Amino acid sequence: MFAEASTVAHEALSSGWFLEHAFLIPIIPAVAFALIIFFGKKLPMKGSELGVLSMVASLVFSVGAALQWINRVNGATEEQYIDPVIRSWTWWNSGGFEFGIGQHIDGLSLTILVVVAFISSLVQIYSLEYLRGDRRYTHFFASLTLFSAGMLNMVVAENMIQLILGWEIMGLCSFLLIGHWWEDGANSRAALKAFFTTRTGDIGLLVGTSVLFFSANSWTQENLGVSGFSIRGLSAWALTGDPSHAAITVGAVALFIACIGKSGQFPLHTWLPDAMAGPTPVSSLLHSSTMVVAGVFLVARLYPVFFEGMNIFGSGVNLITLIGGITIVIAAALAFVQTDIKKVLAYSTVSQLGYMMMGLGAGAWMPAVFHIFTHAFFKACLFLAAGSISHSASHHSFEMKKDMGGLRKFMPITFTTWIISTLALCGVFPFAGFFSKDEIIDNVGHNGYTVFMVVGLVGAFLTAAYMTRATYLTFFGEPRGASAGESHDDHGDDHDTHDEHDAHASHGPHESNLLITVPLMILATLALGAGLFNATPFGESWERMTKWVEPRSVVVEDMDHAAVGETRGVPAAIAAGAEAPVGEEPHAAEGENGAHAQSVCGTSTPEKGICNAPQLQHAPFKWSKAGMSVLIVLVGMLISWLISVQMYTKKAGFFVGLTSRNKLLALGYRFLVNKYYLDHLYEKVIVHGIAHPIAKAAYWVNQNILDGIVNGAGLVARRVAGWVYRNVDQRVVDGAVNGSGAVARGTGNVLRPVQSGKVSQYGALLFAAAAVAGLVLIIVNT
Amino acid sequence: MLVNQFLILAAVLFCIGVYGVIARRNAVMVLMSIELILNSVNINFLAFALRNGSVDGHVFALYIIAVAAAEVGVGLALVLLVYRNRKSIALDELSEMKG
Repeated sequence: MFAEASTVAHEALSSGWFLEHAFLIPIIPAVAFALIIFFGKKLPMKGSELGVLSMVASLVFSVGAALQWINRVNGATEEQYIDPVIRSWTWWNSGGFEFGIGQHIDGLSLTILVVVAFISSLVQIYSLEYLRGDRRYTHFFASLTLFSAGMLNMVVAENMIQLILGWEIMGLCSFLLIGHWWEDGANSRAALKAFFTTRTGDIGLLVGTSVLFFSANSWTQENLGVSGFSIRGLSAWALTGDPSHAAITVGAVALFIACIGKSGQFPLHTWLPDAMAGPTPVSSLLHSSTMVVAGVFLVARLYPVFFEGMNIFGSGVNLITLIGGITIVIAAALAFVQTDIKKVLAYSTVSQLGYMMMGLGAGAWMPAVFHIFTHAFFKACLFLAAGSISHSASHHSFEMKKDMGGLRKFMPITFTTWIISTLALCGVFPFAGFFSKDEIIDNVGHNGYTVFMVVGLVGAFLTAAYMTRATYLTFFGEPRGASAGESHDDHGDDHDTHDEHDAHASHGPHESNLLITVPLMILATLALGAGLFNATPFGESWERMTKWVEPRSVVVEDMDHAAVGETRGVPAAIAAGAEAPVGEEPHAAEGENGAHAQSVCGTSTPEKGICNAPQLQHAPFKWSKAGMSVLIVLVGMLISWLISVQMYTKKAGFFVGLTSRNKLLALGYRFLVNKYYLDHLYEKVIVHGIAHPIAKAAYWVNQNILDGIVNGAGLVARRVAGWVYRNVDQRVVDGAVNGSGAVARGTGNVLRPVQSGKVSQYGALLFAAAAVAGLVLIIVNT
Repeated sequence: MLVNQFLILAAVLFCIGVYGVIARRNAVMVLMSIELILNSVNINFLAFALRNGSVDGHVFALYIIAVAAAEVGVGLALVLLVYRNRKSIALDELSEMKG
């Protein structure tokens, strides 16, 4: 009875044109890229209009597909597995292996598609103004468009090969974009560093894909009729309970190494801050929705593989949580010693990616994916705001201490959007970051990773503190350096190319124009409101993203073995016990854990059929826990604010600092009886005694130990190379080369008279040789 | 048999062509001789296509005509440039490549 109902419901799973044609989403910008490269310079807006149009078209397609997906989910029953919309074509055949290309569209890919297309559109609009008059304007838009195309392709990818394609396109474009102003040596070095660091991780991607393919291929071919590259095949294979543990662990670790490189996790995070050398719109795109999110996305995409391979839930710690946790703290500590506003944001991104990884590692899949979603908006907004400051106020400088300060009066829109995004990043209650970051911390604790919950809370504290410091340095106090109009003359001579659009910026700081502020305002609105898409605190009806995006861990009957020959959504209990009275079991199962019926997926072998997602749990929301984390954030902000005021305001501005402190916190004022003594305490004891040593130690580890390992490896390699050079190269190889050279010279001397330089003679030789060869052929053949 | 006569014609043309390439001093004449060689090969193709009753030889002949046209274009361009530089297209004077 029940099974019948679900069968009917399954057939009614709605689809739509946009869902079926989602593969067009990456194709549009890819085509636009080719058009910009070939015809861009002849177009009235130098090709930028093609970039913007293609991104907007992708956005329309993505949103259309997302709406149709929501329809599809809403039309399904509670326990039904929502099949992803998979289409696949043969790309090429080689050695008996078939490599496919296609689309794998489900809630996860649609979430990222919408985010990527949306942020890319805004960033391109912003770049119209930011890069106006740039010498490689057309190439910039071409690379930017291809960059988005790479990310979109990776997100729709149906199999690992297609995913690697998108992954590598992004690697290439990040190189092009970071090194956009390559005339400056530092920029091209940063581009190379980014490229090589991510390439180091990419070895893991190739190894992991191969290992998984050779382990999974026979199973997927037999049971699902898809190759071992297929994402759906790999997910199902990982959850059968069959796969040998060694193979899946090796595969998962290798893939995770690639994610470490791409997403800037702990040992390989060093390229991300250097990547700030690129134009600000690039930083914004790269750090919010593309590139760095790719690693997190890969973990989320192949979650069953990581779930089984890393033994998530199985033990108190695993590689993903460990790396994520270390990254959160290390990066946040580093953000304190930066004076470049973009570097603060870069370390903040590294730290936030650590949250996502930690969440994924601890089984908090949905909060981590939701954090990708919200983080994209506010981080893009922060970067664009920083760009707006450098564009219109600080004369292309990103030095907070030297060239900024007091800008809130001159740039009200930039200031407001920055504040909203900062609050979102810190996770203050009604802003977007609260709903995602707090959920991660909450679920990590709920799933038994108590140590990492504490790490998350410490990270939240540090985030609040360093963002407050950056905000203070940028927008409060007195204008310094370029913002005060001082160093303009020094700069003006070096940057001839910038003069054109600096003509209007030469009269001190002012607000940027609409092409820059409108994207900022849109992003700030989302930084404020995006949390409502999955507002756990307001009850289950608000958990829309959980409903739409999270794959349901339902045992689905195996396609090829099912008598009907089609996938049917059957509740686990029914599939497992065919004898049990139909209709009784589901109720028993439902009673245990509210909306999510208990499923065997991820814990034991499904007896009949396959799983597509492991069974995860959601922590019940408690205001007490959320309140605690918000309190920690507010304390972090307060402390940082007080320290910043004391540290960065000199004698003249001292009383200004005092009054704002007084106004902001009457409570804190009572503790500050002796101002000078507290100045000393904050500056010397807390900052120099605690924060600076930690940050410095982290920086020292970064500089000495990590670089030492790299240098050591380099030294060893050089020694080995030297030995090889002296012995193998000089004696063996050169000997052979010289020997053959001598032989050649000898023959050359003999044959020299033949080279008369007369064409007719050459012709005669040619035909004579051909005649001799023909004769030989005839003799041999008869 | 008819095919044999085609082959003989081709062989004669080929020999004339080879003689031209080796003996003529004028670069344009050499190019024309090369055309003769190519066309003798074409005739061979057609003759064997006729004998085997297959269309492949015809297709190859068409390809060769197209390629030969391109080749003559390049060759004449070379001759033209040589003439501009040296006011002569006598091949025996072009011996800078002497080893």
